[in-house]
Parts: sequence; C-alpha cells; structure tokens
Amino acid sequence: MELGAALRNVLIGATLLGAVGGLVGSFAMLRRQSLLGDALAHAALPGVALAFLLTGSKHPLPLLLGAAVAGLVGALFMVGVVRGSRIKEDSAIGIVLSVFFGAGIVLLTMIQRLPGGNKSGLDKFLFGQAATLLPEDVLTISILAVAVLFVVVLFYKEFKLLAFDPEFGASLGLPMRGIEILLTTLLVVVVVVGLQMVGVVLMVAALVTPAAAARQWTQRLGLMLVLAALLGAGTGAGGAVASAMVDDLPTGPAIVVLASAVLVLSLLLAPERGMVWGWVRALRLSRRIRHEHLLKDLYALGERRGDWATAVPLPELLDRRSQVDRVASRAVRRLARRGQLQRVDGGVRLTAAGRLAAEEVVRKHRLWELYLTRRLDLAEDHVHRDAEDMEHALSEEAVTELDELLGFPDSDPHGRPIPRGSAA
Amino acid sequence: MSRDEAAGAPSAIEVHDLTVAYREQPVLWDVDLHLPAGRLTAVVGPNGAGKSTLLKAMLDLVKPVTGWVKFFGEPYSHQRDQVGYVPQRESVDWDFPTSALDVVSMGLYGKVGWFRRPGRKERGAAMAALEKVGMTAFAGRQISQLSGGQQQRVFLARALAQDAPLILMDEPFAGVDATTERAILELLRGMRDQGKTVVAVHHDLQTVAAYFDHIAMLNMRLVASGPMATTFNDENLQRTYGGRLTALTRAAEAVLGERMTLEGGAPAPGGGRVHGDEGVL
Repeated sequence: MELGAALRNVLIGATLLGAVGGLVGSFAMLRRQSLLGDALAHAALPGVALAFLLTGSKHPLPLLLGAAVAGLVGALFMVGVVRGSRIKEDSAIGIVLSVFFGAGIVLLTMIQRLPGGNKSGLDKFLFGQAATLLPEDVLTISILAVAVLFVVVLFYKEFKLLAFDPEFGASLGLPMRGIEILLTTLLVVVVVVGLQMVGVVLMVAALVTPAAAARQWTQRLGLMLVLAALLGAGTGAGGAVASAMVDDLPTGPAIVVLASAVLVLSLLLAPERGMVWGWVRALRLSRRIRHEHLLKDLYALGERRGDWATAVPLPELLDRRSQVDRVASRAVRRLARRGQLQRVDGGVRLTAAGRLAAEEVVRKHRLWELYLTRRLDLAEDHVHRDAEDMEHALSEEAVTELDELLGFPDSDPHGRPIPRGSAA
Repeated sequence: MSRDEAAGAPSAIEVHDLTVAYREQPVLWDVDLHLPAGRLTAVVGPNGAGKSTLLKAMLDLVKPVTGWVKFFGEPYSHQRDQVGYVPQRESVDWDFPTSALDVVSMGLYGKVGWFRRPGRKERGAAMAALEKVGMTAFAGRQISQLSGGQQQRVFLARALAQDAPLILMDEPFAGVDATTERAILELLRGMRDQGKTVVAVHHDLQTVAAYFDHIAMLNMRLVASGPMATTFNDENLQRTYGGRLTALTRAAEAVLGERMTLEGGAPAPGGGRVHGDEGVL
C-alpha cells in the first residue's frame, strides 16, 4: 500500500516531466538552444541552496522558487554578457553554467558543515531522487505541467514562427521578443519541475533526447511535438520505475539511459533519416556495381575475341579488376542464380539474358563517352573514368534522351560499337 | 526632385537621413531615398554595402541611429499590412520539420490573430499563393526536399500570401535555376502591371538593367538613385563599386612591386604570371 502510493507519485511526476520536457525541448532544439536548458538547470542549483539557507526549510515550494529565480538570473546574465561584451553565446552559456554550478556546489558544502540536523537530502537536486516525492510535490508538478501544456497549445503558431523565422515574424508586427521570453520562461518552469526528479546535471537530457528522437520519425512539427511528449513520458515513467526498484539508483541517470537507448534506435532505424537505411543503400549499390562490372568485363572479352560461347576462366576475368576472390565468387554465384551467367568447368560465360544486361551497361558507358567528347569537347582519353561511374547511375530515360541527343550513334569515340540494348 | 516624381509617380517609400550601426560599426550613413510606387526597383552595391540592412531598417528589424522611413507617407508600424517581405533564403534552417504550404501560411500569421490556428480560409489563400509561383504540386513536400529555386519560390509565395501592395525582397534571384529566375521575373512584372511596388536587393549587374525599371546604388552611402536609363551608367558604377576596388588594387600592386625589386632586376619567367594571379584577387 505504502510502496504503491510512493510509486504512483513517482510515476505521475516522471511521466509529466518527460512530456513537458519533450514539448519545450523540441522548440529549444529547433532553435539550436538546447544548451540554454542545460545552463538554466545548472544555474538553478545555487538558488536551491540559497533558498534553504534563507528559510531553513526543505519544503519544496521555497526551494523550487529559489531555483526558478536563480535560473532566470542565469538567463538574464547570459543575455547581458552576449549584448554587453564580445563574448559569443556558446561561451556565455559555458560561463553561466560553470560559474552558477560551482557556486551551488560551494553553497551545498557549506550547508553540510552547518550545525543542526535538518540538512540532508539537498544533494538529491544533483542527480534527482524521485522516490522522495511527496503527494504535494506531485500536485505542484501536475499544475505546472498542465500550465506548460496549455501555453504551448495556445502559442503553437507563434512558437513555430519563432523557431523557423523570427525576423519574418517581427516584420509581421508580432512581438517576437515577448514570445521568446515566454518560451524561455516555459524552459525555466520545466527545469524547475525536473530538478527533484532528474537533477540539475542531467536535466538537459530530458529536454533534448526525446526531441532529437522524435525529429527522426517525422517531418511535421505538430507530430514531432506529440511524439517527443510521448517518448519523454514513456522514458520518464520507465526510468522512475527502474530507480524505484533498484536501491540507490538515482532517477535522473535511469531516465537518461533509457531515453538515450530510444534515441540511438531512432537515429539508426527511423525511416528516411535512419542511418541503417543509408548503409543498406550503399551496400546494395556497391553490390550492383560489382555485378555490372562482371557482366561488362565478360562482354568486353567476348567482343574482343569475337567468341561468346567459350567460357572464360575465372582467374583471367577477376584479374581485370584485381578483385578479392571471395567477394567475386559470391557475385558469380548470384548472377548464375539469376540466369545471367553460366558456370562451365572452372570458367564462366554469359547467357542470353546476361548478354542483354551487359549490353545495357556497355551502352550507357559508350553513349556517355560519346556525349563527353562531342558535347563537352573532352579528349577521348579523358572520358573513360567518368563513364565508369555514369554507367551505373544513368536511368533508362536519361539514356534514351542521350541517344536521341547524339542522333542514335553506332560507335563510341574509340570506334567500338554501341550495342542497341533492349531498345532495339 | 524631378518632375517625374513630383507629378506622375508618387513615392512608395521615403527614407530620410537613415544611419544604422552594428556595435558602433556604421553600416549605413545618412541615406536619403525616394522609391517610386508601381515600379520594380533594384538595390545594388558591393558586399557589405548595407543592402540587406537597408531593407531591415525599413521594416523596423534593426534600430537606426538616426532617421526615419515612411511607406506611402506613414511609418511602418501603421502600414504593416501594406508591406510584404522576402528575406534571404539562407536566413532560415530548411531542415525545419514543416511543409511548403505551412511556410506559405506563415505569411498570414499576422492576420490570423492570437490563440487561433490558420483555418480553411488561410489554407486556401496559401494554396493560391503557391499556385502563382507554380508550386501547388509541392504543397505537402517537406521543405528540405525542395531545390534552392523551389525554396525561393516558397518564400516568394509567403510574401504573396501577405497580399500587400508593396514587397521588399532580399536577393530573390540568388542561387536559383534558370526556370525559377524566369518565373520570378514574370511574376514581378505581373505585379507591376497590377500597380504593385517591388523593391529587391539584386546582385547580378548583367541582368539588373533588363529586369528593373528603377535603381538605388548603395555603398554604405547612397551613391545614386533614379530611373534605370539615366542612373545605371559607368560613372555611378565606378562610384559604387570602384572606390574600394582601386584602393585594393593599388595596395596589391605596391606589395607586388616590392617583391619584384627584391627578386632582382630580371623578372623570373613566372613573375608575370604571379602578377596576373594576384591581380584577380
């Protein structure tokens, strides 16, 4: 019963934090201001310590108020440094982050040395300890989270404009400076909400990780926000449960590890943007190029000998491109399975289908060589390497167009015939 | 003021004694400028001449040190719905998660009002603007998947959606393909024929005389402004672009001359070429 209630508090808190973190973090990321959230979080630490020193109470309300004030002071300090000096924004963020955090740690150490008993537990603001959340904390968090959600829904189009093209927004007469301040205030609120759960050190991950993961899956801002909120809520809940079940595991790192796993999967697997698909495409392309080279080389040999029926010994064929045996024999097996190649005791020869496929490649190669010499006035001995690439890239349409452009030629610049391919 | 301005063409934009500085570094000095209504005006000048800054100062996006700007006799804050704006294409992140149609409808955000989303009416207006630039087929396309010329047309459509009688454009022809260049030009001419006013920063001196009616030549100060035929001449070009070029050339020649004497009387075979190469700089 007791455990159930505590776990429920943790779950609600972490889920809500993850959701609003994902929402506001999405805008921060699109504005390239992810590190602003990091600086705000670190800047909040001395605020917590000072609030404790002033009030002597560990009640969350004054502590969080102190955090919010310190975060805002940090933000103003940054703006002041950028405006008033030649220091650029990234350096200003670094300065605020380290100076405020350092001051916070010094204050926390001082508090530990103070006489009196009621002082333990402030260090939970470093890495977060959701297990210590009280029902009234959860109520505060819920109210703040709903407020953030409400503001984001109300000002969705203004925030979008701020993130995409603030200058254009200003030219429309919209108060972009005020909208920016509103968004920064939301960022401070989210950071304050997250302090007890994630802690100042890893707060930035709760903002950036769900947003970056969500961006992988969609090209629509609205959907991205929903996804980021859901991912944040899910990983927040998961991390909170994990930390409740494992002794001494702080909530912040648990949430961050979980969210990072989701991010890595998204970076690898998301359709279109996922890296895996890029690798797959590259692998497929290099395999196709290997196949086309093999067919073309066989064709060229047959052409030179005027003999297509006799099998070519494999070593002689592979010598032409100094290929690795293992890779080449796999290509031979594949082409044989496709019926484009025939294996005859130790050698290979083209089948009718294979010869047609080879003619396509040779045709592209020789047409391109002719195009380069005729249209671009390149020397005959300069065009082969370029055609080696283009023979794999030209589409059917492009080849037909090229053929027409060159007046349906019969031979390439070196005097070799251009096969008609399947067009004939 | 010429008789033409006094009688026929009223001023669409009046700039008076405008000085703009970024961090004490002056960018525009004492610019006085009248631009006629119903014409296509080009703003030309070398890099760093303050062309974009002039547009931004007109739109209250940068605060001038001194001076004022009026559109049709009123300050910009009273005339926002009379003026559309096409910023430089490179000024935004085109990998932003949004569609072409969505970007165009941003032109209407000023009119939609607080707490409301663009609805069917706005969507229709945005589609109509996309149609004018020949981009309806790309309405749902994510903007990073558009070519440079298509992105430029989307930006143009966003300004068209503002439906203003005057449009300010920052380099609308920069880095676009030939098709887009023709399409934009035709659109601008159509707008002029409807009596609209267009002011565009333009970088290509080869085409400026063919594309525009009126010109403002800028190099931190206003060098000249007036009808293309009487203003776009060698003397003004020399005054706009020449000053710094000659100073640079002279400095480069001085350095080179020194090197030549150090190397000795007889110039090495490569010497002449070195001079030629550096001269290009």
